[in-house]
Amino acid sequence: MQAEAKKALFDPLVDNNPVALQILGICPTLAVTTSLATAMTMAIALTTVLAFSNLSISLIRRHIPNRIRIIVYMVVIASLVIVVDQFIKAFAYSISKQLSVFVGLIITNCIVLGRAEAFASKQPPVLSFLDGIGHGLGFSLVLMIVGTVRELLGSGKLFGQTVLPLARDGGWYQANGMMLLAPTAFFLIGLLVWAVRTWKPAQVEQHEFQIRQVHRTEAL
Amino acid sequence: MSEPEHDRPAEAGTAAASDGVGYTLMVALVLCIVCSLVVSVAAVALHPLQEANRALDRQRNILLAAGLYIPERKVADLFGRVESRWVDLSSGRFVKTPDRDAREEQISIPKSRDIAGIKTRPRYVEVYVVHEGDELHTIILPIQGLGLYSTLHGFVALAGDGNTVQGIRFYEHGETPGLGGEVDNPRWLALWPGKRIYDGGSEPRLRVVKGGVDPDSSDAAYEVDALSGATLTSRGVSRMFQYWFGEDGYGPFLAGLRKGEV
Repeated sequence: MQAEAKKALFDPLVDNNPVALQILGICPTLAVTTSLATAMTMAIALTTVLAFSNLSISLIRRHIPNRIRIIVYMVVIASLVIVVDQFIKAFAYSISKQLSVFVGLIITNCIVLGRAEAFASKQPPVLSFLDGIGHGLGFSLVLMIVGTVRELLGSGKLFGQTVLPLARDGGWYQANGMMLLAPTAFFLIGLLVWAVRTWKPAQVEQHEFQIRQVHRTEAL
Repeated sequence: MSEPEHDRPAEAGTAAASDGVGYTLMVALVLCIVCSLVVSVAAVALHPLQEANRALDRQRNILLAAGLYIPERKVADLFGRVESRWVDLSSGRFVKTPDRDAREEQISIPKSRDIAGIKTRPRYVEVYVVHEGDELHTIILPIQGLGLYSTLHGFVALAGDGNTVQGIRFYEHGETPGLGGEVDNPRWLALWPGKRIYDGGSEPRLRVVKGGVDPDSSDAAYEVDALSGATLTSRGVSRMFQYWFGEDGYGPFLAGLRKGEV
């Protein structure tokens, strides 16, 4: 049990990262990482939803009729997302304005639905809860890394505090506007996946087929 | 009709009864009731806090536009100086506070005249005035208009002459952070105070221009430097001013104000 819990909690950080290995949740990673403040709010929101959706689904897993199980997950997840969204609007109003639709879109986040179907519907509640926290943290880790790079190079700031004084404000740093556009997040995630797989070669996927040199005489 | 065994989660629905139609309906119903209860409780319990946040944010932005905001002081205290008035846009006169329905009333704007891209405008607008002694010191007008991705909502504070800009502020928009989102940048907002909207005529002359404003030119008082990297957002701001300070917007009201008729 101890070992299982540890695995559920820490595996998703690097060894089974939802973004870097499973390549899930790319959309919010592109959308909210232009600044660290929004990235962190999104990370907390998703981790909360994921942990509690896993917990609730695991609690009722023996009662969920098989045929409507996906809809049941969606109802549970959607309710949790609305609750989290209401809390953000009540306690972090300015950030809720920046996150706009993205909190609502957690409902369709494939990490949440994926963990519900793959883990919480089969495993006991405590373990599922830890799995949710673990995957939430794995997602958060990627969000924070991408957010740090984008905000620092794109606006010369971290958490809204100036780190590199911008040339247009009389400093020396020429901000890279491309960092603030969505495609850059793709490049950064790609570089991150590359880095992780160089560090942990076990994550490299097998080729689905081998490209083989064919001599022209063989082609006939 | 039963699904293959490997398709189902290992522990779920082990009893045959758990796949029956009645059972399925019952689970769905119970689940929906429980979930709607949770959602309603959260929404109702947090509603007052959210409304307070929204009102506070609006007030803070009104103060920021008017240059009356002091970070150390409470917004509610500072807002005590600000008086809310209602204006009928068509007649350009102050009116008594309209009832709830009239406040919500929207008039659709013909496409050819819809410079700001907002489709409808309210019949009555709530504006804010600040008096210094008996003199009208500042008048704060709400404006809206389309930027690149979103509608920008903001306030423009004018001096008592109904022409000189004291400050502007956008409190809600969804423009790209770092590009169009720079409409929030204090350095850009600092370019606005002192600019003039009208040059004596009834058409607003104030524009957001690309390529920098020549401070020596006679146009300098009517031009604001555009945001770099945000051509369309800048154009949106420019059009917003053309619409809202033109004859469909605050034009008649401000003309009356300048003549001292209001």
